Amino acid sequence: MSTDPKSPAEPSARPPVTRFKSPVRIAYEVAAGAVTARFLDGIMQGRLEGRRCPTCEKVYIPPRGSCPTCAVPTSEPVDVGPRGTVTTYSVIRFPFEGQVLTPPYACAHVLLDGADVPLLHIVGDCDVDRVRMGMRVEAVWTDELAATLESIRYFRPVDEEDVPYEDIREHI
Amino acid sequence: MSDAAPYVSSFVLEYAYKRSLGPVLSEFFTGLRDGVLKGARTADGRVLVPPTEYDPQSGAAIDGLVVVSETGTIVTWTWVEHPDPKHPVDVPFAFALVRLDGTDTDLLHVVVGDRQALSSGARVRLAWKPAAERVGAMTDIAGFHLLAG
Repeated sequence: MSTDPKSPAEPSARPPVTRFKSPVRIAYEVAAGAVTARFLDGIMQGRLEGRRCPTCEKVYIPPRGSCPTCAVPTSEPVDVGPRGTVTTYSVIRFPFEGQVLTPPYACAHVLLDGADVPLLHIVGDCDVDRVRMGMRVEAVWTDELAATLESIRYFRPVDEEDVPYEDIREHI
Repeated sequence: MSDAAPYVSSFVLEYAYKRSLGPVLSEFFTGLRDGVLKGARTADGRVLVPPTEYDPQSGAAIDGLVVVSETGTIVTWTWVEHPDPKHPVDVPFAFALVRLDGTDTDLLHVVVGDRQALSSGARVRLAWKPAAERVGAMTDIAGFHLLAG
C-alpha cells in the first residue's frame, strides 16, 4: 500500500472514465463421484452406460447416483445407444467468444436407445438444415478415447425412418 | 466403482462484462482516477459515498457530486489474516465500513494496520495508489490507514 502525498490532484486533462470492466470469473474443479467415474470408464472403452432407477425404471445417461424424481439410489447399470433419436435441436449460426466449433452447427438432444433422458451433443456429417426432430443418429467416436463426452465426435444420421413425435414427446 | 485415480476436471466460468457508467458514476470514477473522492449530494443535504444515481429514500435525482473528506471513522470491520489471491492486498488486513467525515453512508474498503489498534470508532485516512496506476476503479484507493491516537 502506498500513499500519494500530492493527492487530491487537480482535475486531469484526460478524457472522463465512461466505462467500467467488471469481469466475473470462477475457477473450480469437479471430481467425478463413483457413478460418473464408472460412466467415464465406459467411455474410455467406447461404451455408453446409463443407470436405471429401481422405482420409476427410468434410465439416466449420463448416469446419476440417485433418481431425482424418486430420491432412491439408481442400482442397475444399463448399456444404451450407440444409436438414438434427435428429440430437439438448435442450429448455432453466429460466432461468440470462446466458441469451439465453427458455425453453422447443430446442437441436439439425442435420446439414446434404451435411455429415458436425452444427451446434449452435436449432430455432424449432415447439413444443419436437414436436422429434425425424430431423426435417427448414431455416435461417431474419436480415434483416441479419453474420459470425456468429447470422445464422441458427434452423432451422424443413419438410414432409418424417423421416429414419430408421439414416441419421443415424453423424452424431449 | 473405478479403481483408477479419480477423474478431476478443471473449469473456468468467466463473463467479461463491461458496463457504461452513466453521468453520475462516470464523474465518480473519473474522480478516483484523478485522486479526488466524490459523493452524491441529495436534495435534503445528505452525502452518499459511493454515489447513487438517485436518492434511495425519495427516488429524486441527486443534486450533483461534491468532494468529500479523506478522513473518517471505522464503523465496523472484519479481519482477514490470510489474504487469498483475489484480495486487494497481500498482507493481513481488515475489510471495514468507513464513515467519511461529513458523509451519511459507509464506504466498504480495506484497512491495513495493526490489528490490535483496530476498533469501531478508530480514525482512518484514505491512501491513494500512485497516479500512474489509477484507472478509474474502487481499487484506485489503495486503502485506509489508521490515524495515530
